[in-house]
Amino acid sequence: MNEIIEFFTQHKDMIFIVVLMVFVGVEVIGKVPAVLHTPLMSGANAIHGVVVVGAIIVMLNSEPTNYIAMGLGFIAVFLGTLNVVGGFVVTDRMLEMFKKKK
Amino acid sequence: MNLDIIHIIYLFASVTFILGLKMLSNPKTARNGNILAAVGMIAAIFGTIFFHEGEVSNVIYGLIFGGIGLGTVVGWLTAKRVQMTKMPELVSLFNGMGGACAALIGLVEFHHNLDNPTNIAIILAGMIIGSVSFSGSIIAWAKLNGTLKNAIRLPKYNILNTLILIGLFVYSAYIVWSGTYSEAHLYGLFTAAILYGILFVIPIGGADMPVVISLLNSFTGLAAAFGGFLYGNQVMLTGGILVGSAGTLLTLVMCEAMNRPLFNVIFGAFGDGDTAQAAGGVSQGTIKEVGPSDLAVQMNYSNKILIVPGYGLAVAQAQHVIKELEQLLEDRGVEVAYAIHPVAGRMPGHMNVLLAESNVDYDKLKEMEDVNPEFSQTDLVLVVGANDVVNPAAKTDSTSPIYGMPILEVENAKHVVVNKRSMNAGYAGIQNELFFRDKTNMLFGDAKKVLTELVNELKALD
Repeated sequence: MNEIIEFFTQHKDMIFIVVLMVFVGVEVIGKVPAVLHTPLMSGANAIHGVVVVGAIIVMLNSEPTNYIAMGLGFIAVFLGTLNVVGGFVVTDRMLEMFKKKK
Repeated sequence: MNLDIIHIIYLFASVTFILGLKMLSNPKTARNGNILAAVGMIAAIFGTIFFHEGEVSNVIYGLIFGGIGLGTVVGWLTAKRVQMTKMPELVSLFNGMGGACAALIGLVEFHHNLDNPTNIAIILAGMIIGSVSFSGSIIAWAKLNGTLKNAIRLPKYNILNTLILIGLFVYSAYIVWSGTYSEAHLYGLFTAAILYGILFVIPIGGADMPVVISLLNSFTGLAAAFGGFLYGNQVMLTGGILVGSAGTLLTLVMCEAMNRPLFNVIFGAFGDGDTAQAAGGVSQGTIKEVGPSDLAVQMNYSNKILIVPGYGLAVAQAQHVIKELEQLLEDRGVEVAYAIHPVAGRMPGHMNVLLAESNVDYDKLKEMEDVNPEFSQTDLVLVVGANDVVNPAAKTDSTSPIYGMPILEVENAKHVVVNKRSMNAGYAGIQNELFFRDKTNMLFGDAKKVLTELVNELKALD
């Protein structure tokens, strides 16, 4: 029990963010028309590409002699960027088509 | 000082993510919302690099920028070049890349946190979810682009999958609590997670893939959030949780549109042995065929025509021809509109995107609730490459696997013409009695080819 309270106290800021963000996420897309499901999913897909920030932190913290960590980190940065750039560009292409009318 | 600036940047990026998602749920602001979120993302990425405290060697900077550069070029070109019909599988592929990224972070960070059981638990959780998302997305991608045709089911796959899932939990809990932080365990867990992702998606039928992709999308968000927890990095946390929760809701909304509880998507499956048999027994009758020339005449004398597009239209790349057909008919005074089922195509909204590409007027795309009362005043319905979304069995046959799914009530129209490549069953693997009705005529052939012939016949009528 003490350990749980300790964990909560240590990470209270982040736990607050997590809980509030859950509600924000639900609120934000509360009333989305079916037409926009695909672009919305694709946009959300690009946003979780923020995981690339973690990959960059891995690289920044790794020793220049630790080749395995650097190799894996490099691949992680590459894949994460692919997720971000590809995600945003493909979403933009979908939405561009909605705009063209008239 | 540097650390303070990065927090401001992260706050800015988090706000752009929230606003961006909000704007993405409205057709008018959607495009700007996407761009806004992208701007926030760029700020977060470069902020992380430039405001990092501590010595970093040039080799590492080189590798980071190399990775970003390569990823940008490949991602940009792929996204720009892909045909609009191939978009769903591309989204799945990008999602998998994000999952893989999260998994790799876990593999590296494991060694740096050997003295901290809490961190190990967080790392393992992020790594497992990322791996499942990665392998699951790859399978979903392969299914959507046709590499993997059928749902593959091992015997007792539900029990097997549940056991593996429990095994994953127990194994990771064992590693954390026993303090045996060895390479062998880490990679063992990694392999098991990859395997679970494959087995999780592989039995699920293609019709349910959009739901699966949406679910895996929120998984990747969760994996990113675990990374944020590990580093105390707010932007990863906000972005990850935001997508995790919005993605889960979106998944449920999609399930609702198909009237399939999420539980059934994951554990039950379309087109099992039993249901296929039950459906096979129903409504074997005679079908009537119609040719393009007869249909052209019939259309010419109709007052109102509704077009129901489905995945077959996307596969055949017929969206431009259908626009041409619409134009020709309107020039002849025929009222034409499109009836769009919420889950037509392979993703909700897929048809809207596709028809928008060929300049079809937004107002002509009618959603199911609005268009259903109109069918009874419609002279002719042209169903192009759709099947399950117009199957009356969803309303009448309680034994049908799609029973209860809302459908487009095309059977109320005076005439129905269905374009299909053959009499094969639809994605759900069930027969459609609509094809055997008296008022239904079949127009066999590839949608693009047949519609082009139809357009030519119409032109020849002048």
